[in-house]
Formats: sequence, structure tokens, C-alpha cells
Amino acid sequence: MSNVNSELILYGGLALLIVSAVLILVFALLRKEFPYALREIPTFARMRRAIGLAIEDGSRVHFSIGRGGLNMPWSAAAFVGLATVRRVAELTSVSDRPSVVTSGDGALAVLSQDTLKASYVAAVAPERYDASTGRATGLTPFSYVAGAIPVMHDENISTNVIVGNFGLEVALLADAAERQDNFTMVASDNIPAQAVLFASGSNPLIGEELYAVGAYVQAGAVHNASLRVQDLLRWVFIVAVVVGALLKLVGIL
Amino acid sequence: MRIITTFFLAIIAIVSGVVVLLGYFLPGVPLFVTLRVAFLNWLMILAAVAVFVGIANLFSVHTQKLKNKKEAAYSVLLLVFLLGTFTLGLFQGPTSPAMDFVFLSIQIPVETSLMALLAVSLLYATIRLLRWRANFMSITFIITALIIFLGTAPLPFLGPVPFFSDWLRPIIAQVPAAAGARGILLGVALGTLMTGLRILFGADRPYGGK
Repeated sequence: MSNVNSELILYGGLALLIVSAVLILVFALLRKEFPYALREIPTFARMRRAIGLAIEDGSRVHFSIGRGGLNMPWSAAAFVGLATVRRVAELTSVSDRPSVVTSGDGALAVLSQDTLKASYVAAVAPERYDASTGRATGLTPFSYVAGAIPVMHDENISTNVIVGNFGLEVALLADAAERQDNFTMVASDNIPAQAVLFASGSNPLIGEELYAVGAYVQAGAVHNASLRVQDLLRWVFIVAVVVGALLKLVGIL
Repeated sequence: MRIITTFFLAIIAIVSGVVVLLGYFLPGVPLFVTLRVAFLNWLMILAAVAVFVGIANLFSVHTQKLKNKKEAAYSVLLLVFLLGTFTLGLFQGPTSPAMDFVFLSIQIPVETSLMALLAVSLLYATIRLLRWRANFMSITFIITALIIFLGTAPLPFLGPVPFFSDWLRPIIAQVPAAAGARGILLGVALGTLMTGLRILFGADRPYGGK
């Protein structure tokens, strides 16, 4: 029985992967024929405005991309953070002060430097890249937060984008950012962290909204297509869960 | 030249990702399984090296901060303790009594006090929440938090609060909270899948490039 279950999970997972990949490709290719309107999330509108203001007044945008390692299931949240850095750093490359990225993992710090460099190259301003703007501020949850808070205080930050894998300690980071009266967007894939961010952040993203950041910062057609597939599959899952519960209720399952 | 490098980096990343996936989904093909294990072992080694690179980066940032006298004090402290702990670990080993002292008497108390600070910070944030978003969701959040708090923390001299600890808290935790958490977890799993696919397609390149 358990062998049958594990095979079902394996092949079910493979089928889900293939279907998702095909749908992303189809939606990305047919984006003009079937345009997809993103629903309005006020936090993203406020973030775009805050980034515009940061460029105008020459202040910095601070990204905190968490401590999700590369070999963990939660590294996806860190990759979302990096995709956000890639797009927003390119937009803010004309600002007087370059964006700064803090992370709680060595590999992420290296990737954040590489991403910042790629953003400046894309913005035809490679000379503006400074390796010290991609930093690992600590390698344990609280040391990371303790290292990131002074960056918010001392480096003329006006906008904080805190997106990645965080635990409860992120509340300290969000609180410090709010005390500076900066615009702060906060998102984590961790459920307890989402609960504390709902209370301590003025602009929290809840649930899977974290994975929509790329589409909302216009990181590319594939981001839009993948968000569309994500929404579609979510409805499939909802229907499957409800039908499964009903079948269980009537004794068929 | 840069375009060629970027292209090859993307090819390496995509092929590695596909091979690791095939190793998971086709356990009957020994080649993919062997390659998956080898790639994941390399990843472990690279991640360990990256930790060292991260520390070198931290060292470099704080060395630069020494030039600014206003910010120098904290950086001096960090560099002294970083080098001190590193030297201690290098010569006495990570399990020596001296290293134990550093962790048990400095690292753990400092992190525990930050955890205590977190509790105060959250209390303040909950009060502030009503100023930011005085809506139905915020009020529900605060009432639920209060119920769970009353049901979890025993009162002095009275012990567990009846009704809250034995009836209301278990119902809230096991029915609406568990259902909501599972819904969010499903969404997070789908988001993780989509992020992985974007990297496999080369649309997201966290290793630089596009």
C-alpha cells in the first residue's frame, strides 16, 4: 500500500511538473492573444511609488532577502528576493546611491552581488557596481537581523523590501524599518513569520503573494505566465480538496 | 564574451537542474541517481565555501566602515570578536571549552535577549496594528491572539484558564488555524514549483546574466 502511495506521489509530482511547465510556456507565448490582468494589490502600488521617490531624492533602496540556503526547500523564497533585486536595482541604477542587499547566508550574499552586478550591466552603468552593497550581515537568524538593522539606520535608506525566507526574527527587522518611517514591504514563506509580519509590518504580503512579486515588478513574461499557472492550479487544488472532503464524508474515499 | 559566458552559465544551471530532477523522478535509472547525488554533494561543498566567502565579505565591509569614525566603534567590536573567535576555533577546535564558553556565555544569551525583545516588539506591534489597519481582519487577528494567549499561558496562582485552555484554544488551533495554514502551505508549494520552473527555463538567473 505504501509502495503504491509513494509511486502515486512520485508520478503525480512528475505530472504536475510537466503540466505546469507546458502551461507556463503556452501562457508566455500567447501573452498577447490572451492578456492576463493582475489583480490590484495596494502594497505593490505603494512600492512602485516608494521606489520612484527613492530615485528622485537620491536615497537608497534596501533589500533583505533572508537566510534561505541554496539546498533547502525554502530557497525558492530567496530566489524570489533575488529576482526582485535584479529588476528593482536596474530601475534604481540612475539613483545617486546604489541599492544595498543584506542576507543571512554566504551563498546568497555571493548571488546578491552577482545579481546587483548584472542589474548595473543591464542598465549600462557597470562602473556603479560596488561589491560591498551585497552583504551577509550574519549567519544565525538573530545575528543576521542585528547586522541588517544598522544598515537601515546609517545608510540613507528610504525604502525597504524585505522578501525571502525569515523566521520570527523578521519582526525586529520590520519594526526597525517602520520606526525609521520608511516604506517597508515585508514577505516571508514561513507561516509563523507571516503571522508576526501581519502585525508588525505596514505593508505585508500574505500567503503566496510573495511569489507574485516578480510579475508585479515586471520582471518578464515568464513571471506573468507562471503567476497565471499558479492561480489556475490553486483553483484545481481547491476543487480537489473540496471534492476529496465530500467523498470522504459520504464514505467513498 | 560576456554574452557567451552568460549563455554557458545558463546552460550549466538548466542541465544541472534537469539532471537532479530526473534523478528524483526516475529512481530506476542509475546514471541520473548517481549524478543527482554527485551534484548535491558538490552543492554542499560549494555552500560551505560560500559561508567562508560570506564571512570574508562581512570582514571587508566592516574594514571599510573603519574609515568612518562615526560608525567605527561597532565595526571594531565585530572585527575583534570575529578574529578572536576564528583564532580560538582554529587553534583549539570547535568543541573546545573556550569555544563552548563563547557560545554558551555570549552567543546564546545575546540571541535569547533578542528573542525577549521580540516578545515586547510584537506586543507593541499588535497595539500599533489598529492604528495602521483598523479593519475586520486586524480585529479578528488581535482577538484570536488574545484567546490563544489566554489558553496557552497559565495565570499566576490560578493555573490554566478554564474554557480557554481546554476548549476554545484547541478548537481554534486545530480547525481554522490548521486549515488556513494548510491552504497557505499549498500556495507556498505552488509558488516554489513555479520559481523552480522559472529557473529551469532560464527566465530567472540568480547567478547573474539576464
